[in-house]
Amino acid sequence: MAKIVVAFVCGFIFGFGLVVAQMTNPEKILNFLDFAGAWDASLAFVMAGAVITAAIGYRLAWRAKMPLFDDSFHLPQKTHVDARLVGGAVLFGIGWGLVGFCPGPALAALSFGGWEAAMFVAAMVAGMLLFDRFSTRIPQFVSAASPRAR
Amino acid sequence: MTSFTPFSALLGGVLIGISASILMLADGRIAGISGILGEFLGLRRGETLWRLVFLAGLVAAPLVYVMLGGRPAFDITHSAATLIGGGLLVGFGTRMGNGCTSGHGVCGIARLSQRSFVATVVFTATGAATVFVARHILGA
Repeated sequence: MAKIVVAFVCGFIFGFGLVVAQMTNPEKILNFLDFAGAWDASLAFVMAGAVITAAIGYRLAWRAKMPLFDDSFHLPQKTHVDARLVGGAVLFGIGWGLVGFCPGPALAALSFGGWEAAMFVAAMVAGMLLFDRFSTRIPQFVSAASPRAR
Repeated sequence: MTSFTPFSALLGGVLIGISASILMLADGRIAGISGILGEFLGLRRGETLWRLVFLAGLVAAPLVYVMLGGRPAFDITHSAATLIGGGLLVGFGTRMGNGCTSGHGVCGIARLSQRSFVATVVFTATGAATVFVARHILGA
């Protein structure tokens, strides 16, 4: 039960952080990515604040043998850079640059972003399901690329 | 036009970092949104409820922000086709690449993961290239 409460609180703090930082405004993301235009560096400050805080927080968390409400830390096991990682990042980057939404801000914008946010999230969910289908239909691809990092 | 907002950006970033830290400390999980949503959609045995609840919190927070009097700016002028195309690419690409801005960009770099560092450089560069083509070559 505590584990579930923590998940809600963390989702809430995360969403609040996104909206406070205005990352839920696609225009602000596009302006960060527009190095040749009226560049808005805000996103770099969001990343710096988040990365430094998480880097300290993780090191404190890992002093314990296990998390408070679970038996182990669930960390990704893959360590080498492969074509699947780079290919996925390329496709994601194109979609991100087209609209100015990545997954977190898109979900957070659902509550005030009107039909545009809803349509984007629906397409994003479809894209995720499509990848699941694609990766299970092509076994060589899965064996080369999985196991799914957790 | 959006103006540079370093203080709210840092504050929001720190909140995101605190969320990621608590999720690791308490539940031992990475706060990667595409992973949490994607694994939730896959409905793999168990481990579904915490993901659903995390996503509920994520969606609920801006509502509370609005109730407290906040007015989140939201400028979007894309066509339906762009929204759908972009959404498909973001969904497919983040699952293929095992992460997005949060899982790779924040949590992965905080873990000093080489994979996450590479992914973050690649999606930021491709995103910037896409914006350059859209705004400065096609003039959208």
